[in-house]
Amino acid sequence: MAVLEVENIRKEFGKTVVLRDVSFELEQGHAIAIIGSSGSGKTTLLRCLNFLERPDGGIIRVKGEVLFDANDPATHGEAEIRKKRLHFGMVFQAFNLFPQYTALHNVTLASELLAKERYKGSKDWRAEIRDIENKALSILEQMGLADKINLYPYQLSGGQQQRVAIARALALQPDILCFDEPTSALDPELTGEVLRVIRSLAEKHTTMAIVTHEMAFARDVADEVIFLDNGLIVERGKAKDVIDNPQEERTQQFLARYTQD
Amino acid sequence: MDLIIVSRLAEGFFLNCKLFALTLLFALPLGLIISFGSMSKVKGIAYITKTIVWVIRGLPLLLLLLIIYYAPGLIGESSPWGTRVSGRFTAATIAFVINYACYFSEIFRGGIQSIPVGQTEAGQVLGMTKSQIFFKVILMQVIKRIVPPMSNEIITLVKDTTLARLIANKEILMMAQEYVARGLIVPLFSSGLFFLAFIGGLTLLFGWFERKLDYFRV
Repeated sequence: MAVLEVENIRKEFGKTVVLRDVSFELEQGHAIAIIGSSGSGKTTLLRCLNFLERPDGGIIRVKGEVLFDANDPATHGEAEIRKKRLHFGMVFQAFNLFPQYTALHNVTLASELLAKERYKGSKDWRAEIRDIENKALSILEQMGLADKINLYPYQLSGGQQQRVAIARALALQPDILCFDEPTSALDPELTGEVLRVIRSLAEKHTTMAIVTHEMAFARDVADEVIFLDNGLIVERGKAKDVIDNPQEERTQQFLARYTQD
Repeated sequence: MDLIIVSRLAEGFFLNCKLFALTLLFALPLGLIISFGSMSKVKGIAYITKTIVWVIRGLPLLLLLLIIYYAPGLIGESSPWGTRVSGRFTAATIAFVINYACYFSEIFRGGIQSIPVGQTEAGQVLGMTKSQIFFKVILMQVIKRIVPPMSNEIITLVKDTTLARLIANKEILMMAQEYVARGLIVPLFSSGLFFLAFIGGLTLLFGWFERKLDYFRV
């Protein structure tokens, strides 16, 4: 079953149309890689999924439930959108860790606030703190950061920061984990450690949407690849097929630039 | 120097300190509210707030003090400040609060806008509310960034409290000048020591606070 269904998403910024008409589905446990040149709309697509941008047209469904319908204002409310965001996790290109908290606290903060909210003012949420912390610790351990939990972001390398960011997103157990060029701010040496973590998540069948410029990685890790150009899906298929043997001329041109060097 | 003179000066300086503390107490929260106004997405609110900030920052504090003290009496039947000492002090406090709230608001605005939008977005995708994002994510980073400009402004405030004598508040310089009129210049100079000591203490406090916030970097 498709956990995510995106139908006819359109997004404009003023007169610039960034996404013309984008539709795709994502199966439970699959990873989809979204590739394309700068300005093709990849990042905007992910931002629409996380409601950081509001699409001007189209429908977003998760597990059959309509989260957003551009034609139905009832799905646009600020408070509901906040809850709906929790279906998605987001890992940013620039990490965006909270500098005043330790690695561990970065991971636990949102869960703590949600627990506090559930208990509506009573202090009983504190009983959950231990659970939240234990869960965060085990995720950080999976990320290979067991010895870094008490360090502040500035004390970590870029690759370590991005792994904390991945742990932070995972802690809320999203249905779909989104990555927006997770390695573009890293040098090649650090890129490897972040890609290894994402690869291990794919092996555990985490449902993921990954915007990336790492073609070899997309081919090896993703089940499917979408090639986006000028706000439209030009080609879509099995990862190996699209990357090794693209059918569309535009995809061939784009990928040729990667194989040259 | 005479013990009486010292105690008179201290008495005056107590008024400076009181005005300083009350101004901080009210101008800091008011400044934060004004900064939200000037960043409002509602154009009308932002426009009005920015105009107010322009007017208040555009007028000398001394003039503002005189306007707030005299203008209500000229417009209305009788002055709301009355003829008592406490009324003059209230007028001075109000003038200082309005003036400093506007300066603080610009420091807050600069601090808030200097925090990358990615911090807000990271909070949003984690399901935080607007107020959670402000209080749990943004505020601490803003505080760290605004300590240096704030300490400047607060030190200026200490010295500006001497302007309160323009509407006959018996602050330290006014006390000292009474001696000048009697041919004694030393008390005027020694009043400077009060300021040096007070601002020295503040400077140490700001330094301590900055070190307290050294555990993270923005």
